[in-house]
Amino acid sequence: MDLVTLLQILDSSVRLATPLLFACLAGLFSERAGIFDIGLEGKMLAAAFFSAAVAALTANVWIGALAGIGASLVLSAIHGLASITFRGNQLISGVAINFLAAGLTVLIAQDWFSQGGRTPSLSEFGPNARFTEITLPFADAARDSGPVGLIYSELISGHSILVYVGLLTVPLTWFILFRTRFGLRLRAVGENPAAVDTAGVSVVGLRYAAVAICGILCGLAGAYLATGLQAGFVKDMSSGRGYIALAALIFAKWRPWYALYACLLFGFLQALSLRQDAVERLTQIDVPGQLLDALPYILTVVILAGFVGKAIPPRAGGEPYVKER
Amino acid sequence: MTLMQKFLGASAVLALSAGAAAAEPALIFDLGGKFDKSFNEAAFNGAQRWAEETGGTFREIELTSEAQREQALRRFAESGANPVITTGFAFATPIEAVAPDYPDTKFVNIDGFIADIPANVRMISFSEHEGSYLVGMLAAEASESGTLGFIGGMDIPLIRHFACGYAQGAKAVNPDVQVIANFTGTTPAAWNDPVKGSELTKAQISQGADVVYAAAGGTGVGVLQTAADEGIYSVGVDSNQNHLHPGSVLTSMLKRVDVAVYDSMMAGADIETGVAVVLGLAEDGVGYAVDENNESLLSEDMIASVEDAKSKIISGELEVASYYATDSCPALDF
Repeated sequence: MDLVTLLQILDSSVRLATPLLFACLAGLFSERAGIFDIGLEGKMLAAAFFSAAVAALTANVWIGALAGIGASLVLSAIHGLASITFRGNQLISGVAINFLAAGLTVLIAQDWFSQGGRTPSLSEFGPNARFTEITLPFADAARDSGPVGLIYSELISGHSILVYVGLLTVPLTWFILFRTRFGLRLRAVGENPAAVDTAGVSVVGLRYAAVAICGILCGLAGAYLATGLQAGFVKDMSSGRGYIALAALIFAKWRPWYALYACLLFGFLQALSLRQDAVERLTQIDVPGQLLDALPYILTVVILAGFVGKAIPPRAGGEPYVKER
Repeated sequence: MTLMQKFLGASAVLALSAGAAAAEPALIFDLGGKFDKSFNEAAFNGAQRWAEETGGTFREIELTSEAQREQALRRFAESGANPVITTGFAFATPIEAVAPDYPDTKFVNIDGFIADIPANVRMISFSEHEGSYLVGMLAAEASESGTLGFIGGMDIPLIRHFACGYAQGAKAVNPDVQVIANFTGTTPAAWNDPVKGSELTKAQISQGADVVYAAAGGTGVGVLQTAADEGIYSVGVDSNQNHLHPGSVLTSMLKRVDVAVYDSMMAGADIETGVAVVLGLAEDGVGYAVDENNESLLSEDMIASVEDAKSKIISGELEVASYYATDSCPALDF
């Protein structure tokens, strides 16, 4: 495999990993606070629709992205209400959100645009209606100056701004969770909410905060799908990425930097399955694309089975906090 | 039996026969949904045209899950709808199961395959390979790099059938042409993953492709978009998709599902059943789209050569190999 092909695959990996990364970090915040969230998929889908729809209506992608985040936050609030305030089953609430988003997006899209449950292509609404690829300074000049320049111009430059935001979110998440008082309390509330309560800190408040952060990050994931990678919404366009993000979260053992590595690995496997020609040339055997597609799940099962270290979820995860019985 | 009972019975028979005479046709859309801008919408347009021209009404239902297929068939059959028209290959098995229970109802399926067709079932399919052959010729003539792309949705024989005709058409124009064929996935989610469609398009572009044919449902939206963004040509499918990106969509492979539905509704309850009908180029069942959005992309020479091939296929002088016949393709390795 030559350097250019490798860079193309890595470039594709970064694009495919970014929505996973946002969703994975979203799940990280939520689950670290003790709220399991299987509804990442639904929130992403709702955000994808509303970001594309509002970007189409206003011809401004930033307003669109805000609308996407807003839609995701509304679904987060529903999840919070069901699982924190009313102490319902978090998995059922999450599944309900997935169904709600899948149906609602197509219904509203049909009502607003009458195009079969999709939005019109954002390229019709001028250059500001979607996130375009950013060329970093000197990228074009660096292309011909050896391998380092090529890596800079092909791999690092030329992504939408949300990719860079996603990469910056990783250290930010690490800092918030492990270097601030809020982060310490948030982690504590997922391990032992009673202790947090005894210390006089609101368990409910912290969990709502975590669920809200989860909503914002899922919103960014959806906005990137519909307005960064694509130019519009198509029904069910999240195609299970929310579930792969959950797998990545388990693979990463609920840690921010590992989440980055897991998402990049999963993105790389997806990108590889699209380039069977390169895989074939390298290995000289016909590797089925389905195997590469399934690898993220296989790896997660291997991790869960305890072969490669142990994945221990937050101890109070999935259980509503009851102060007094 | 009293006179009253006889009278009631007679009127009931009358009412029943009157109901049968005025039976409405029913149309069941597949999971893609009625307004998919493609296959199902074409079916709806055909039904709509029938309703406008005849003043008749038809019943319809959009499926939302696999489990509803048999249920919907039985419901329409029991309520007296005739014929019951279904779109999509996945209806073949439920129809095979349901049809013998309702011998007086005629069932029509578009795109499916049943080995032993029940007496009251009509199977309609299209010669997608012939239409794809023509767009493959156009693609090869428009290509400068000599490399063409094909992006399929779910990896099923039907989609390979498309790819096979496309590759044959391309090789007829230029024997050295290289066709790269990729599929989005092996599950129904592959029909609605435009993100993966875009990445596949980019991957094919980096392998040299400068015309990409998408037979992938909603995934195709991403393919056509990326082709337009990257400045290469694309080919749409099923409905006329030329208007999506004027100047970038070279042409569309038309599959006249609307004609099939319209004709079935016109025939009504007298439709001929127990047969499998194939609509090809001769019946105008398939074709390629030319309109104001793409006429500047197609030169007169291109049109002339395609029309020549079309008439040869219709006359039988030229035969396009079908993927179904051998489960393999002479022009393309999968």
